[in-house]
Amino acid sequence: MSVLQEFSKGLWRENAVFKLLLGLCPTLAVTTSAENGLGMGLATTFVLLCSNSVVALLRKVIPPQVRIPAFIVIIASFVTVVQLCMEAYLYSLYQALGIFIPLIVVNCLILGRAEAFASKNTFRTAFFDGLGMGTGFTLALFLLGAVREIFGSGTLLGVALFGEGYQPLLLMILPPGAFITLGLLLAAMNRFELRQK
Amino acid sequence: MTEQYYLSSSPHMHSGATTDKVMRDVIYALLPACLTAVWFFGLAALTTLLLCVASCLVAEAACLKLQGRAQSTLADGSAVLTGLLLALNLPAAAPWWLTVLGGAVAIVIGKQVYGGLGYNPFNPALVARVVLLISFPIQMTSWTAPLASASGVDAVTMATPLGEWKTAVMLTSKLPAVQPADYLNYLTGNMAGCLGEVSAVAVLIGAAYLFWRRIITWHIPLTFVVTVAVLTGIFWLVDPTRYPDPLLHVLTGGLLLGAFFMATDMVTSPVSSTGMIIFGFGCGLITVLIRLFGGYPEGVSFAILLMNAATPLIDRYTPPRKFGAVGEVVR
Repeated sequence: MSVLQEFSKGLWRENAVFKLLLGLCPTLAVTTSAENGLGMGLATTFVLLCSNSVVALLRKVIPPQVRIPAFIVIIASFVTVVQLCMEAYLYSLYQALGIFIPLIVVNCLILGRAEAFASKNTFRTAFFDGLGMGTGFTLALFLLGAVREIFGSGTLLGVALFGEGYQPLLLMILPPGAFITLGLLLAAMNRFELRQK
Repeated sequence: MTEQYYLSSSPHMHSGATTDKVMRDVIYALLPACLTAVWFFGLAALTTLLLCVASCLVAEAACLKLQGRAQSTLADGSAVLTGLLLALNLPAAAPWWLTVLGGAVAIVIGKQVYGGLGYNPFNPALVARVVLLISFPIQMTSWTAPLASASGVDAVTMATPLGEWKTAVMLTSKLPAVQPADYLNYLTGNMAGCLGEVSAVAVLIGAAYLFWRRIITWHIPLTFVVTVAVLTGIFWLVDPTRYPDPLLHVLTGGLLLGAFFMATDMVTSPVSSTGMIIFGFGCGLITVLIRLFGGYPEGVSFAILLMNAATPLIDRYTPPRKFGAVGEVVR
C-alpha cells in the first residue's frame, strides 16, 4: 500500500467512527456542537499522530511483554501536552470538553492503532495512518456535532441559522440525541454504500 | 382424486384475531376518550387528533416506500392507533409543528427503525411523547383549562392536579387544599392535562370494551393501578399533609390511560401472566417513585418505557408453560 492509501483509508473505508465504531465515548459525549466535535477531533488527531510515530520508532526497543503499558505511557505524555496547551490557549474549549480531554488516553482508537498498526510498521506508514485515521475521526465528530448543533440549538459554529421562531429540539444536544444521530447517520451511510454496489 | 387433504401441525384452532381487527378494536375503545377530549378542549383537541393521525400515516407511508416494502401494512390501523395514542398524550394547546413532529418521531424513531410493527421494543407513542417532553418542556407542559370557550376567552392556562401538588409541596412543603367536588371533576375529566388522560370515566369505558373483546387481560392494568394505589396510600397514611391520597393519584395524571392502553401494548409487554404481573408492578413502582420523589410531576410514560426495556428479560425468566408440560420447564 502506498502512503496515500494509508492516509485515505481512514477517511471512509476504515473510518474509526462510521466503520470501525471505535472511540465512541468521546464521539457521543462531546459532540454537542460542531466546535466541540472539531476541537476533540483535532486533539485526538494530534495525539494519534504523535503516538503512532513514536510507537513505530520505538517498536524494536519495546519488549512485547510490556508493550501495552509502554504504549499507554507514550499516549498519556502526548495527552498531557494537549491538555496543558488547551488550558493555556483555548480555555473555553478546554472547559467545554472537560474530563474528556484526559480521557483521550483511553480512547480505544489510539491504543488500537498503536497495537494493531504502528507497532508493526515503519515510521512513515504509521505517520500517514495516524494522520488519515485522525482526519477521518475529526470529520466524523464534526459532522455529528454539526447535525446535533443545527437541530439542537439552531446554530452552526455559533451562527444562528433559523429565524427567531425556531424552537430548538433540545433532545438532540442531550445524550439520547447522540445515539439517535449516530444511528441515523450510520443507516444513511450503509444505504448509500449498498446503492453504490 | 378431486378431494384435497390439508395437513398442518397444531394449533388447529384460531381465535380469529388479526392485526387489523385488534387495532380497530383498540381504536374504537379510544373513541370515548377522544370525544371527551373534544368536548372539554374543543376544536384544538380535534385538530391535534387529526393532525397527529395524519402525520403518523404520512411517516409510515414514507418509511415503507423508503424501505421498498409493500404499502399494505399502512391500512392495518397500527399507524392510526399510534397517532391517536400520541395525540391523547399531548396538551390541547400543542402547536401544530409539535404534533406533526411527534407523529413522525413515533413512527420513524419509535417503530420503523426497528423494522416496523412487531419489532419495536418501546411503545412508539410513548417514545414520541418523551422525546417531545424532553425537547420542548415549555410547550409540552402548557396546560389549558377545560371548557374555556364557555367563559368567553380562547384559552385559560391552568396547572394539572399533580403539577399543582408538586409545586405547592416544593414551595410550602404543604399540599394544596382539595375539595370533595374536585374528585368528581377528576372522574369526568374537567381538569387540566393531556387530551386523553383527563377523563377517567371515558378511559374506563374504553377499557371495559377491550376486556369484553378480550384484547387485554387484567394482569398488567390491575397490578399497575393497585401498586400505585397501595404505595401512595402508605405515604399518604404516614404524612397526609405532604402526600396526596391514593384516589387523587389514580384519577389524575396519565395513570389510567397508560395502564389500560399503553402498558398493555402486545408488542412491548411480557407474554406470560407472571411476566405481566411483574411488568405491572414495575410500572407502578417507577411511577410512584417519579411522582413522589422525581423532578417531573408525572412518571407514567417513563415508567412504561423503562419496563418496556425490561420486557425481554422478564420474558426470559417467565417462559409460558408448554402445553402438556409437567414439572420443571427445561430450557
